Amino acid sequence: MSAAEPLLEAADLHVWIEGSHILQGVSFSMPDRGVTALMGRNGVGKTTTVKALLGLVPRTGRVVFDGVDITTHPTYTIVSRGIGYVPEERGIFAALTVAENLRLAERHPKPRYELVHELFPELAARASQPAGTLSGGQQQMLAIGRSLLNDNKLLIVDEPTKGLAPRIVREVADAVARAAEQVPVLLVEQNLSLVRRVAGQAVVLDAGRVIHTGSALELLDDADRVRELLGVSRTVTDSSGTTAGAEGRRTA
Amino acid sequence: MMTDTDVAAKAPETTEPPVMKDVRARRRLPGWTAPVVLLAVALALPFSTLYVPGLFEGTLNSPPTLHLVAFCLVFGGLATSYDLLYGRVGLLSFGHALYFACGAYVAALLMRVLELPLLWSALIAVVGGTLLSLVLGAVSLRVNGIALAMVTLAFAQAGSILISRDPGRLTGGEEGLSLNTAMVPDSFVGVFNTVNLYWVALAYAVFAVGVVWWLTASPVGRVWQGIRANEQRVAVLGVNPYPYKLVAFTVGGGLASLGGVAYLLVTGGVTPVITTAEFTLTLLVMVALGGAGTRWGPLLGAVLYTYADHRLLQLGGSDAFAALPAWIAAPLSQPLFILGTLFVLMVFFFPGGLVALPGRVRSALRDRRTART
Amino acid sequence: MSTVVLLVITGLGLGALYFLIASGLSLIFGLMDVLNFAHGAFLAIGAYGTWWAADHLPGAGPAGFGFLVAVLFGVAAGTLAATLVELCIIRPLYGRHREQILATVGLSLAVPALIQAIWGADPLTFPKPELVRGAVGVLGVNIPKDRFLLILAAVAVFVALWLFNSRTRYGLIVRAGVQDRAMVTALGIDVRKSFTLVFAIGGAAAALAGALGGLYFGVVTPTQGLSLLIFAFIVVVIGGTTSLTGCAIASITVGLIQQFANYYTVAGLGDIAVVIVLALVLLTRQGGLTAKKSAERVA
Repeated sequence: MSAAEPLLEAADLHVWIEGSHILQGVSFSMPDRGVTALMGRNGVGKTTTVKALLGLVPRTGRVVFDGVDITTHPTYTIVSRGIGYVPEERGIFAALTVAENLRLAERHPKPRYELVHELFPELAARASQPAGTLSGGQQQMLAIGRSLLNDNKLLIVDEPTKGLAPRIVREVADAVARAAEQVPVLLVEQNLSLVRRVAGQAVVLDAGRVIHTGSALELLDDADRVRELLGVSRTVTDSSGTTAGAEGRRTA
Repeated sequence: MMTDTDVAAKAPETTEPPVMKDVRARRRLPGWTAPVVLLAVALALPFSTLYVPGLFEGTLNSPPTLHLVAFCLVFGGLATSYDLLYGRVGLLSFGHALYFACGAYVAALLMRVLELPLLWSALIAVVGGTLLSLVLGAVSLRVNGIALAMVTLAFAQAGSILISRDPGRLTGGEEGLSLNTAMVPDSFVGVFNTVNLYWVALAYAVFAVGVVWWLTASPVGRVWQGIRANEQRVAVLGVNPYPYKLVAFTVGGGLASLGGVAYLLVTGGVTPVITTAEFTLTLLVMVALGGAGTRWGPLLGAVLYTYADHRLLQLGGSDAFAALPAWIAAPLSQPLFILGTLFVLMVFFFPGGLVALPGRVRSALRDRRTART
Repeated sequence: MSTVVLLVITGLGLGALYFLIASGLSLIFGLMDVLNFAHGAFLAIGAYGTWWAADHLPGAGPAGFGFLVAVLFGVAAGTLAATLVELCIIRPLYGRHREQILATVGLSLAVPALIQAIWGADPLTFPKPELVRGAVGVLGVNIPKDRFLLILAAVAVFVALWLFNSRTRYGLIVRAGVQDRAMVTALGIDVRKSFTLVFAIGGAAAALAGALGGLYFGVVTPTQGLSLLIFAFIVVVIGGTTSLTGCAIASITVGLIQQFANYYTVAGLGDIAVVIVLALVLLTRQGGLTAKKSAERVA
């Protein structure tokens, strides 16, 4: 695959949920290296976009991943083509142990447990503990660890720092940065300092459409644009964020 | 009617306007035409000596025919009362048989044990059935979805066990109870008076269908529609869905117990068969067969189901059947086998029920025409 | 004392029967949201398959281990039926829970009717194998041997399911799928393959329940399945869908309550007592089954 060819390309994605037109023609492409940040206010369709890419919600449009049109593929084949997914709600199986959660995600003959355990030593220490008894931060580490287990071509990480304590935010951010060194990442994130740290490209959504695409740094350096597109200044968080999430972002 | 507009609304907007206009023009008849015509036919039935070969055994006004149609009508009303829960509000209850059985058994017992006249027995049975559904509904509706289905099923099962165990030799166990004809006016007794039973059944069906239609069109009905589509959204709008669901449950139960009384009169007795979970399942089949949540669906489904059930049973014993090889004749002599299988096919190929069928055929034809041009 | 021992063992036998039915039901419902009314049909197929094999299959019969051969045949028939139902009826309706439930309702009416067409509606005497003929003395009480066979079979199925759950990858997928089906597919796993598997497992256990239920009641009837199914539903609701142990405990509880209440009060009250327990459980416990399976997902 040539470097010029995008890794992931979404064209004219539409999603209706219970009669509401959530995505109204989302189109963007992401390069085969670095981090692409998917940004926007709460409720503009970031998570829905991710779910539409993975076929987790019914959608129209076209999705091409790694040169293959995956529009009509079921979710499990899309993911099997080499995608690690960390969902917004983490998607941890609470009744399963940490080890079982990881084992379930194994897709390749040689899962990279060394990498996961090096990044998150706690996961090794708590292997036989039910995942439901982990703290929020630990669950997030498990979710990220699970996505790193396989040799993926793309990671999709949805709001990894949401609702976490400041200390944990740093740890999670480190992990995302570390992962981004090895594999392209599509990152949904409202924590602007994390975006600044890792992202190369920014895609901004509003009301179910892409309203801006370009360099993440250029966007973040332009305070007026940030306020205009994201509705936030650098120190103030959006009004609808949770308390813990707001704390997390304030440390940014 | 209602389903036709539903289908029209669902059809892709790209269909050519001339065809649509054509359809609209044919639908200009006022909404009350169909009910009035049907009612007129139903009212005229006992006065017709028409003989429809194959469809009925005797002439239209012969007692066997009237009895079968009366049976169909009772179930039509009962299925409509079940659809009030299932189709209109989206409540999956597996205990509707309980209220039907309550009406039939209480009325039968009052006439047999206390020797109350029919009218009083019927009144007490219906009030009792309504209260029972109010109380059990108030308890059951605290849970939703499958849990609701289970609680209602469990309550009905308790009732069913109670009746078939024959406590105090009252309910007659598996034998059931026969109607104490001494307490019933003479005009409801005997083959000669089948026509009067037909009037009872018709009155019940009209009443049940009328109540359900009227309530559905009322403001309560609009809340029901909202609950059916999305209960949480109704709650978010500041409306507590619970009392609305309870109203549906109670009215449905009350109508069912009234149906139980009508059933008792028409069949001249009652057996524990109508208390079973299987009986509620057949109600579900009737409603889904005709089309849940539609004006005519439950009535149509129940009438067709009951008719087929009876006719298949008669056919199974006929000479034509005896000629067939045993391995074909045996399954075909079981109406439930045929109806159950048909129902599975129906779920597959016509999920909207029979009422949605004309609309589907029409839109399919329209699509073909569009494709050709 | 002797009565209590008898009641306990008979209650355990009944609980074993419930467990065999409910374990499959709860797997199917937990993983696929399908309230499987056809489960009673699998049970009936198992019962009549065993009954038929005992008479017609060479090597099968009441003598020696012939009964086990007959049971094996019945279980195979039930498993096959369940697999076919999943592949041909449930799978094409994937994602339409209401239609799936309706289809199983249709089957629950059609299959017993078909059996009735072939073998009649009257109860058929079930062959009592020599293996479990007679009684054993336990604490001075004579207990029919077939009760122990039932309990033994349920324990064996429990252990087998437990091993499947904890030791195999499919067991892991099933346990995860019960919690969050979408997330399992988002890990790149085709969860539908395990649907067929749980149907086959559930069908096998139900068919075994049919065969052993024939032994327990002494007769088989076409509609036996549905009445047992209702109590199995109750077990599933009380026990929840997430744990096998919960299902086993609920089965034993329901079986014991039924036996004791039926003996010490009026016959029939035991069944009603179970219903009351169910109502209490459902109405006091917010969560478990009621919390996860919302009305939207099922109805």
